[in-house]
Amino acid sequence: LDETQVRQDPEVPSAVAAIRTLLEFLKRDQSETILGLRENLTQTIRRLEEADSSVAVSSGGELFLRFISLTSLEHPDLSQCKKVMVERGELFLKKISLSRSKVAKLCHTFIKDGAKILTHSSSRVVLKVLESAAADKKRFTVYVTESQPDSAGQMADKLQNLNIPVTVVLDAAVGYIMEKVDLVIVGAEGVVESGGIINKIGTYQLAVCSKAHNKPFYVVAESFKFVRLYPLNQQDVPERFKYKADTLKAVEDLAEEHPMIDYTPPSLITLLFTDLGVLTPSAVSDELIKLYL
Amino acid sequence: RGVPYQTVTLIHQSMVKRLPEHVQVDDPAVVKRLAKKLERQQIPLRSDYGYKVSLFSHLHQYSRKAPLTQLLSIPSTVIHPSIVRLGLQYSQGIVAGSNARSVALLHAFKQVIRDYTTPPNEELSRDLVNKLKPYISFLNQCRPLSASMGNAIKYIKKEISNIPSQCKEEEAKTKLLTCIDRYIEEKIVLAAKAISKYAIEKISDGDVILVYGYSSLVNNILCEAFEKSRKFRVIVVDSRPRLEGREALRRLVQRGISCTYVLISALSYILPEVSKVFLGAHALLANGYVMSRVGTSQIALVARTYNVPVLVCCETYKFCERVQTDSFVSNELDDPDDLMVTRKGKTQLENWQDVSSLGLLNLVYDVTPPDFVDLVITDLGMIPCTSVPVVLRVKNLDQ
Repeated sequence: LDETQVRQDPEVPSAVAAIRTLLEFLKRDQSETILGLRENLTQTIRRLEEADSSVAVSSGGELFLRFISLTSLEHPDLSQCKKVMVERGELFLKKISLSRSKVAKLCHTFIKDGAKILTHSSSRVVLKVLESAAADKKRFTVYVTESQPDSAGQMADKLQNLNIPVTVVLDAAVGYIMEKVDLVIVGAEGVVESGGIINKIGTYQLAVCSKAHNKPFYVVAESFKFVRLYPLNQQDVPERFKYKADTLKAVEDLAEEHPMIDYTPPSLITLLFTDLGVLTPSAVSDELIKLYL
Repeated sequence: RGVPYQTVTLIHQSMVKRLPEHVQVDDPAVVKRLAKKLERQQIPLRSDYGYKVSLFSHLHQYSRKAPLTQLLSIPSTVIHPSIVRLGLQYSQGIVAGSNARSVALLHAFKQVIRDYTTPPNEELSRDLVNKLKPYISFLNQCRPLSASMGNAIKYIKKEISNIPSQCKEEEAKTKLLTCIDRYIEEKIVLAAKAISKYAIEKISDGDVILVYGYSSLVNNILCEAFEKSRKFRVIVVDSRPRLEGREALRRLVQRGISCTYVLISALSYILPEVSKVFLGAHALLANGYVMSRVGTSQIALVARTYNVPVLVCCETYKFCERVQTDSFVSNELDDPDDLMVTRKGKTQLENWQDVSSLGLLNLVYDVTPPDFVDLVITDLGMIPCTSVPVVLRVKNLDQ
């Protein structure tokens, strides 16, 4: 169900597809008790994580569970409870589908006329931000890193379609190009409790270079990507996020595999643009405490 | 001016914030006020001892050889005997450590409540609070109160004043005793279990963990992790004059954990081997600074230079609404005679009082900025140091 959804609409982030699947599952679920329902949902989330091991699926699933289970205390009757849960689920889905445009609205004002922007890999949120900036009649150029092993050529094509001048640079040329750019904008696969981000491998390098050159490093992410992890360093990120789901199942010794993501600590990030507002990295934890406590 | 440790923090009133008396010792007017108050409460005033270093002359400095109880008549009519015993235990260092002191305080208060009878024409909720004030002044004279003790006292006073007036005495007393038991159970015992659960996730096999001094919480975590068969070894860092690390070392080795013992001067030598640093805290301040045993900020600083993650473990009842950016404003000066060391029959610094230009400084606490701390593990979960005010806000809403 999830795979078909993702293939149908490439604009939809994998987390939203996952949540849509969960909502469908909720509608069709036959359990008699709230506990059974929760258990089934948790199992489904785990199965979705096995199919697509990105951080966003995990965080989106957990947030969905939290959002709907706040009702379980209010209504004693199960069928009424389920109806309320489904309603809330639809509401949650609607809110997060709008989150990308909210982020774009907040961020595009930070792109000034004549700016040179550096971005990493292919991110639909960053694309939306650049789209809104272009629609606002701003002139800017974009440098995109090649982002191996699965190159980000698609990002360059999409930007060319919007008539934005774009240059593809090698991952190794980030240090070389840093003095030319004015700001760095990246997306995130997950935002962790410390305010750091988990993103495509190469982001950490980009952040370190931009810190060394004193260029602002902005992150754009929707709020459903906030996840309850707290990595202390690169090694502390759980294995199940570092590699693709197929790799995890097929390969025995993960030490030989190349990780697909890395962790950027909050000290290197200037600001995070989310649908909850523009946050500093230390404010992310405050928002998470409000969401989860 | 009830509990000296509490600063008045009513923001909506335009009140000048008063500094607590124990950090204004060099102001004679404040000292006179304190002396008058103690006289009213019939508690002897403890006099300072020895020459004080000028930067810290605003703090008290007492000698362990002159405990407050020498000036009291025994049996004391004013102070409950369990409080006298507690005060002596504090001033001689028999009960030391943030959690131990709070628990001992709460147990002593339980005894006080058990032996209390309401005088005629008085209400328990008001009279008991007034009875506790001289005890708290006495304990403060024996050894300045810690942040955790301050929070515990605040809680007890609130519980006592919330007793309805129709409540019978026996009922009220049992209610208070159960409240205190629940506080100890929730805030200290269960919190330790919750913190261990989170902390064990951060300990992986093959880790080399550095600890400093003796923190009951950190010891608890390491023993639990060892029970859960995590393979790690511990480096215990210790410092004079207290040498508390020896106690930690003894307990860890008894469990079978492989340990190394170094003094703090060897810190930069062993840090390249270390994978994580676990520190305990005396209090967590509202601006994210960590107040802990002197030497902690040094460890955090050097660990940051070597890019070793620093994890601070602290229960939420030690969160404090004070703000402090340096270790001078509010601290504790211990007995300067502790710095004298006898080796091979000779005592260095034996006649330090005779040298007029010599001052001995035995600081107890220091303050670590949040930039050096990577993670704070509390019973509410893992938070960055900068989120302490949010937790305080959430807790105030709960209450």
